[in-house]
Amino acid sequence: MSSAVPAIRSVDPEGFPARTAVIQRIVPETPESSTFWSTWRDGDGDGYAFEPGQFNMLYLFGVGEIPISISSDPAHPQRLGHTIRFVGRVTDAFRNLRPGDELGVRGPFGRPWPLHEAEGGDLLVVAGGLGVCPVRPAIEWAMRHRDRFRRLILLVGARTPSLLPYQEQLDEWLASMERLGVELHLTVDRSEPGWLYGVGVVTTLFEKAGIEPARTTAFICGPETMMRFGAGDLLDLGVPAERLYLSMERNMQCAIRICGHCQLGPYFVCTDGPVFRYDEVRDLMEVHDL
Amino acid sequence: MRYLDRPGFGALLRSLVDAGYELIGPAVRDGAIVLDRIEGADDLPAGVGEEQGPGTYRLTRRADERLFGWAHGPDAGKRYLFPPREVLSNIPRDGSTRADPEIGDGGPFAFVGLRSCDLHAIAVQDRVFMDADPTYRRRREAAAFIAVNCGEAGATCFCGSMGTGPRCTIGFDIVLTELDDGFVAEVGTERGERLLAAVETREATREEAREPERVTSETATRMGRRLDTSDLPHLLYRNARHPRWDEVAERCLACTNCTMVCPTCFCHDVVDGVSLSSDVATRTREWASCFSQDHSWTAGAAVRNTRASRYRQWLTHKFASWVDQFGTSGCVGCGRCITWCPVGIDVTEEITAIRVTDGEVEVTTS
Repeated sequence: MSSAVPAIRSVDPEGFPARTAVIQRIVPETPESSTFWSTWRDGDGDGYAFEPGQFNMLYLFGVGEIPISISSDPAHPQRLGHTIRFVGRVTDAFRNLRPGDELGVRGPFGRPWPLHEAEGGDLLVVAGGLGVCPVRPAIEWAMRHRDRFRRLILLVGARTPSLLPYQEQLDEWLASMERLGVELHLTVDRSEPGWLYGVGVVTTLFEKAGIEPARTTAFICGPETMMRFGAGDLLDLGVPAERLYLSMERNMQCAIRICGHCQLGPYFVCTDGPVFRYDEVRDLMEVHDL
Repeated sequence: MRYLDRPGFGALLRSLVDAGYELIGPAVRDGAIVLDRIEGADDLPAGVGEEQGPGTYRLTRRADERLFGWAHGPDAGKRYLFPPREVLSNIPRDGSTRADPEIGDGGPFAFVGLRSCDLHAIAVQDRVFMDADPTYRRRREAAAFIAVNCGEAGATCFCGSMGTGPRCTIGFDIVLTELDDGFVAEVGTERGERLLAAVETREATREEAREPERVTSETATRMGRRLDTSDLPHLLYRNARHPRWDEVAERCLACTNCTMVCPTCFCHDVVDGVSLSSDVATRTREWASCFSQDHSWTAGAAVRNTRASRYRQWLTHKFASWVDQFGTSGCVGCGRCITWCPVGIDVTEEITAIRVTDGEVEVTTS
């Protein structure tokens, strides 16, 4: 396969976390998820840096290790945000963490969002629910380098308003987005009292946003079905398949393509992904239970 | 080529022990020939033969006293180079001093009696682990290999189709071809040369020197199975929705036997735990199987929910995506998955069933 395997950094030879982070703040995002903000226990984390779209393996002492995408600003790799949905044995243990608790961190891993591919044109970010988490660093990066893009369009949807993460920052975001000329459209499948934005699935926003297909590079992140339909619709609108990117999620236990759990057809999602160009995975996504 | 008599062979194994190697060779345990720690030539299964078939494995008594008059049992080198369960790391809670895991190896392994398929399987696993796993690499590089050319083909064998045997061509220090009274020995490495020079041998006669080729070509004609490998990756990729997957799933028990006996399957779980006093955490690696539901468990749900999807994953990975991932097929044609499948599912038959109906079967897009 054509995808390049990025260099594996910071892996302890025996596979144990090389760095320790200390939790500083825990922000509840949705009823079943929180963002864990941490800083490095030792200095600058040995020069830790990451690119938008990459993930870390987070380790809780004796409990286990899980792959979690990085949701914070890549300009500040000393202050990491990981948004974790409580869905299993290890993530449930995160519920008990308090500021001051320590995390083992291996990473960063994986192929990042190809922000440079989008430069000079329009960047369209389409996120569904907690799909916002892996694209948030890309949004931060694009806002920080606003002049490199023509239009910046963010389409964010969720089933209900309470399932939309990062509402704590929403006002702050809206202000800086307005200042930077970022077009933000929010929508939910089912409204709740107090919701000021749109209603409808996120793909209904393509028309509303008036995207210009020939100039657009799209990053799509959300449940697989949403990404499949979103990419399909954008393709129909005329966005070339090679300018559609999405982020896949699979079971990952090593992040160095040896445990075998994250296979998706010919790929190991941990290193060939998690970000894929749509035409690399389109056929695979159409096969049920692959 | 040298001729090595039985006493000379015993001396060869002794010299390996004397050099600090731990001998891993065939031994009869619980009605099967397994790979186990052995002390010398006396532990080998003299006069033992075997009958294999789909879902069938029986030991037999041979008319002669040959040591390697059988194809292979359930074990391959994988069990030792990539153990079923292995502590990767112990880490104290305070993070201060790290207690390294005890590597249980008594010494470098000297494998006795691995076949061509087994050597190829190790070469396949090398592509997975050599760069990523220093422990594997240490073990692998230190190991010595006294291989054996197959004089018997198993009824489920198809190395001839996979280009991985029966004659040993890679990965051995010494390869033996067994005759009634001794062995023809060929050397593959400098280490093999040194080992062989240290025991009593003589130049093989012209007839003896022809034996490796004669024996293995004859074995090749007796392969129990055959597989058309032409365009195999594309055949499987384009038939991801073939109804045969559902059909085989009705027979498959998802017992994981095929993946456990497969000499190349490398999937594993990384399991974290903590000591009773909870001051030391342990990271363990355990063989995993794509036939289990939790293999694909992601964020609270399995990706592959059906046995059909898991069987498809295994077979397609083995024969198709493996090629994309590692530049080689994941199958070495040993046929263990056929023999040790409790319901006798035969990969060669499953692939053939897909091939003969390729493009003919109406499939529905799910």
